Amino acid sequence: MGSSSSSRNKIPNAQELMDQTGFSSAHLLRLYDRFECLDRDNRGYLRQDTVDFSSFVRILAHFRPTDRNRNKEGTQQELPNSRTRKLKFAFQLYDLDRDGKISREELLQVLRAMLGLQVTEEQLQSIAERAIQEADLDKDDAISFDEFKKSLEKVDIDTKMSIGFLK
Amino acid sequence: MPSRTVSHGSSGRLRGLFLVMVLVFLESSVFTLAFASSDQHSPTTAHSDGHKATDHGSHNNTGKAFPVLDLNYENVRVPFEISLWVLLASLMKLGFHLVPHLSNIVPESCLLIVVGLLVGGIIRGTGETVPPVLDSKLFFYILLPPIILDAGYFLPIRPFMENLGTILIFAVVGTLWNAFFVGGLLYGVCQIGTESSSILSRIGLLQCLLFGSIISAVDPVAVLAVFEEIHINELLHILVFGESLLNDAVTVVLYHLFEEFSGIGTVTLVKGFLGVISFFVVALGGVLVGVLYGILAAFTSRFTSHTRVIEPLFVFLYSYMAYLSAEIFHLSGIMALIACGAVMRPYVEANISHKSHTTIKYFLKMWSSVSETLIFIFLGVATVAGPHDWNWTFVTVTVILCLVARVIGVVGLTFIINKFRIVKLTTKDQFIIAYGGLRGAIAFSLGFLLEKDHFPEREIFLTAIITVIFFTVFVQGMTIKPLVELLAVKKKQEAKRSINEEIHTQFLDHLLTGIEDICGHYGHHHWKDKLNRFNKKYVKKCLIAGERSKEPQLIAFYHKMEMKQAIQLVESGGGIKLPSAMPSTVSMQNIQPRPPTKPAAERAIPQLSKTKEEEIRKILRTNLQRTRQRLRSYNRHTLVADPYEDGLSDLFLKKQKMFQIEKKLKEMNTYLTVPAPPPDSPTMCRARLASGKHTDFKPDQVQKGNKMCSDPQAYSIKPALNKVPMIQVDLASPQSPDSVNLLDEFGQANQQEEEEQGLMMKPPSRPREGKKPGEEDEAKDQQKLMRCLSDPGPSADEDEDGAFLP
Repeated sequence: MGSSSSSRNKIPNAQELMDQTGFSSAHLLRLYDRFECLDRDNRGYLRQDTVDFSSFVRILAHFRPTDRNRNKEGTQQELPNSRTRKLKFAFQLYDLDRDGKISREELLQVLRAMLGLQVTEEQLQSIAERAIQEADLDKDDAISFDEFKKSLEKVDIDTKMSIGFLK
Repeated sequence: MPSRTVSHGSSGRLRGLFLVMVLVFLESSVFTLAFASSDQHSPTTAHSDGHKATDHGSHNNTGKAFPVLDLNYENVRVPFEISLWVLLASLMKLGFHLVPHLSNIVPESCLLIVVGLLVGGIIRGTGETVPPVLDSKLFFYILLPPIILDAGYFLPIRPFMENLGTILIFAVVGTLWNAFFVGGLLYGVCQIGTESSSILSRIGLLQCLLFGSIISAVDPVAVLAVFEEIHINELLHILVFGESLLNDAVTVVLYHLFEEFSGIGTVTLVKGFLGVISFFVVALGGVLVGVLYGILAAFTSRFTSHTRVIEPLFVFLYSYMAYLSAEIFHLSGIMALIACGAVMRPYVEANISHKSHTTIKYFLKMWSSVSETLIFIFLGVATVAGPHDWNWTFVTVTVILCLVARVIGVVGLTFIINKFRIVKLTTKDQFIIAYGGLRGAIAFSLGFLLEKDHFPEREIFLTAIITVIFFTVFVQGMTIKPLVELLAVKKKQEAKRSINEEIHTQFLDHLLTGIEDICGHYGHHHWKDKLNRFNKKYVKKCLIAGERSKEPQLIAFYHKMEMKQAIQLVESGGGIKLPSAMPSTVSMQNIQPRPPTKPAAERAIPQLSKTKEEEIRKILRTNLQRTRQRLRSYNRHTLVADPYEDGLSDLFLKKQKMFQIEKKLKEMNTYLTVPAPPPDSPTMCRARLASGKHTDFKPDQVQKGNKMCSDPQAYSIKPALNKVPMIQVDLASPQSPDSVNLLDEFGQANQQEEEEQGLMMKPPSRPREGKKPGEEDEAKDQQKLMRCLSDPGPSADEDEDGAFLP
C-alpha cells in the first residue's frame, strides 16, 4: 500500500485521472511505466510534445472493456469506455477537421490509408460514394456522428474496441 | 379458420392428395424393403439362384418361350434399396412442410425419428426382420462427412476464432467432466443401488466410464438440426455448435482409451499419461491433416481456370480424403474435415467461378440435408430393430445424470471463463448452452460399434443411449424454441453487412492493433494482424490464381455487393423505385448554391425502361469487370499500359453502348445526375499518354497527367479540405447551354485546385486509341472541356463511371 501511494505520487493528478477514466491505481502505474518506456528522452511528452501522460491515459481509457452489468446511472455516459464515447473517439479519427461530419474527402483519406496502392482511385471513389450513400440519412452528403453511430449499430463496439489488458 | 379452409379448399385437397400418395408410396416402399431384407439372409444363395435361373432359362430355351418381360430384382437390389431410402427421406421432408403448422411446433428431427419408428414398426409388423441400417461404417464414412463438411466449409470464421478459447474449454474440459461424472456416478449407482439385478453390479468401472464418454459428447448433427430452426444469436450458436464439433477429438480419445483399458483390464499411470498425450496428437494431428489437404485443394484450384466444370469435385474429394486419411491414423476425422473446409475456403472461392461456387454451396447443402434426414430416420428404424434390454434404474439414472452433469459443467466453466472474457456470458446464455447440449446419432453409432464379447452389457448401453437421444431430441428439441421466446434471448440479426460496417470494422482492426502496440501488449489484434500480413504476403500469392491474389478484402466485398445489387435490380424489373442505397443516386456534388435542384434531381428517378435497364446492367458488368482488369495494369513499374489489354470485345461493347446512350440522351429530358465521374486513374492517364499521338489533349490535361503519373504518392493526407474538387456532372443534353454555363463558374473555381493537387477527380477522355468513333468523341470532349474543365462529355462519362444508375 505504502509503495503504491508513493509511486502514485510520481503521477500528477493520479486520483483525478483514476476517477475520470476508471482505471485502478495498479493499472495507472502500469501505464505510467509504459509511458516512461516510450518516452525515451524523458521529456514527459510523447510525439513531439503533444501527448503528455494524462492525455495518454485518457485516450487509452477509451479502450477499456465496458462493464455492462453496471447500473445505468448518469455517470455511465461520462466514463470514457462507454459505447458512445468509444464511437466518438473513432469518429474523431475520421473527422480530421473537427466539423462534426465525415465528408467524402475525409472518408477517402481513410480509405486510401487503409488500402494504399492496391486499388485504383476510381474504386476508392466508388466505395466512398457507396459508403456515404448508405450511411447518409439526412442527405447532406456527409456522415454525422449520429449517422455513424447508426451505421455501426449492429457491430459489437464494446467488444471490438476493447483491449482486455486494460481491464 | 373455417373461412380459410373454404377458400383454400382446392389447395388443401391437392395437399391431401399428395399426402395420400406419400403414404401409399411409403407402404409400398416398406414392403419392398421388407421383401428385400428377407433376401438378405441368403446373399450367396441368391446369386447362385440367379445363376441357376439363367442356366435354367438357357436350358429351357428350347422349351419355354422367350421371356419378353422378366423380373430380376437381385441385380439392382442394393442400389434400388438405397435409392428407395433416400427417396423416402426426401419425400418425408417434403411432406412435413406441406402440413401447415407441424413444422412450427415440432422440429424436423423429431418428425423424422417418428417416421423411422413407423417404418421400422411396419417392417416388423409384417414379420420381417428389420435391416440393420445404422451400420457404423455407413454412418461414419458416408452419412456423417457431408454434414460436417457443410458445417466446416461455411463456418463463420470470425466469431469462431474470437470465441475459440471458450469453445475449447467447453469442448475439452466440459466433455471430460461430463464423461467422468456420468461414468463414475453410474458405477456408484450400479454398485450400491440394486442388489437384485446383478447384471448392473457386474458392470465394471471402466465400462461405465466408456459409457460415460460415449454419452457425454454433444452431437453436431442434432445441434445443427435443432438450432437451425430457432435462429438464436450468433454467439450462442457458434458456442454450442463449435463445442459439438471440437469435442470429437475428446470423444475419440476417451473411447479408444477406455476400450483399450477395458480389454486389458489394468490401468497404469503411464497409460493414463499416454492417454493425455494421445489427446493432443489426435486433435492437433487431425487439424494438421485437414490443413494439409486444404492447402492442396487451394493450390489445385489455382489451375482450374480451363476446366471449370470439375472445380466442385476437387473441393469435395480433397475434403473427403482428409477425413479418411485422418481416420486411418485414428485421428479426429471431424476436426480434419473442419480444418480442411475452413482453410481452403477463402482461397478456393477466390479462384473458382461463380457458378462453381453456387454448385458447391448447393451440393453441400443438399447432401448434408439428405444425410441428416437419413440419419434420423435410421435412428428410428434402429430403435425398433436393435436388441433392447430395458433396465429402469440404469436408464433413468443415465438421463438424470446427463442433465445434471451438463448443467453443473456449463455453470462451473462459465464462472471460470467469464474471468477472461470481455463479453461475459449471462445466465440466460448459460441456460441455452446447457439446454442445447443434445445427444445424437454419433453416440448411438459409437455404442453400436462395441463388441458383444467384450461388452456383455452392450444392449443395456444401447437402450440407455437411445433413451437419452430421444429425450434430448424430443423434449429439449421441442421445448427450446418456446423457451428461447420466453426468455427473450437475442435472435440472429439479418446477415446483410453494409459497406460501412465493413470499412469501419477494418478501420477499427487497424486502430486496435496500433493501440495494442502502444500498450506494449501482444493481444488478439496483434496476432491477427500478423497472420493477415503473412497471409497476404506469402500464402495468397501461392494459392490464388492471377491477379486476384492482390485484391484486398474490402474491394472483394464491394464487388460482391455491387453484383448483388445489379442482380437485384434486374430481377426486380423496371419501373420500380430504386432502393435508396443505390450509390449513384447521389450526385458527386457539394455545391451549396444548388440545393433546390439537387433533391429534385435525386428524387426525379425516372421510370426505368427496359432498354435503360439493359444498359445499366451492361455498364455495371463491364465496369466491374474492368475494375478487376485495371488492377492488372496498376503497377508502379509498368508505366506504359497495354492499350489492348482490356480486350477488343470490351471496346466493341462500349462503342455500341455509347451510340445507344447518345441516342437516348437526345430523347430524354430528365436531368440525370451521375456520380463518381471517375477520376484519372493512373491507367487512364498513362494510356492517354501512350495514345497521345492520336488525340490532341489540352495542355493542362497532359500536365495533370504528367503530374499524376510521376507522383502517385500525392494521395497522402491533405489538410486543405476546402479544396475538395466536387464536380457536378450534368448529363443533360450536350446542346443545352444552361448546364454548361452553370458549371462554368464552378469549373473555373476548380481549375486552380486541380492544378496543384494530385487528387484527380476528372473523368477520363477516351483512352483507347485507334478507334475512329472514339476519336470523334474525344474531339467533342475537347470542345466541352474547353468550355468547362470539369464537365465530361456524357458519352465518355457513361462508360467510365462505377455503378452508374440514374
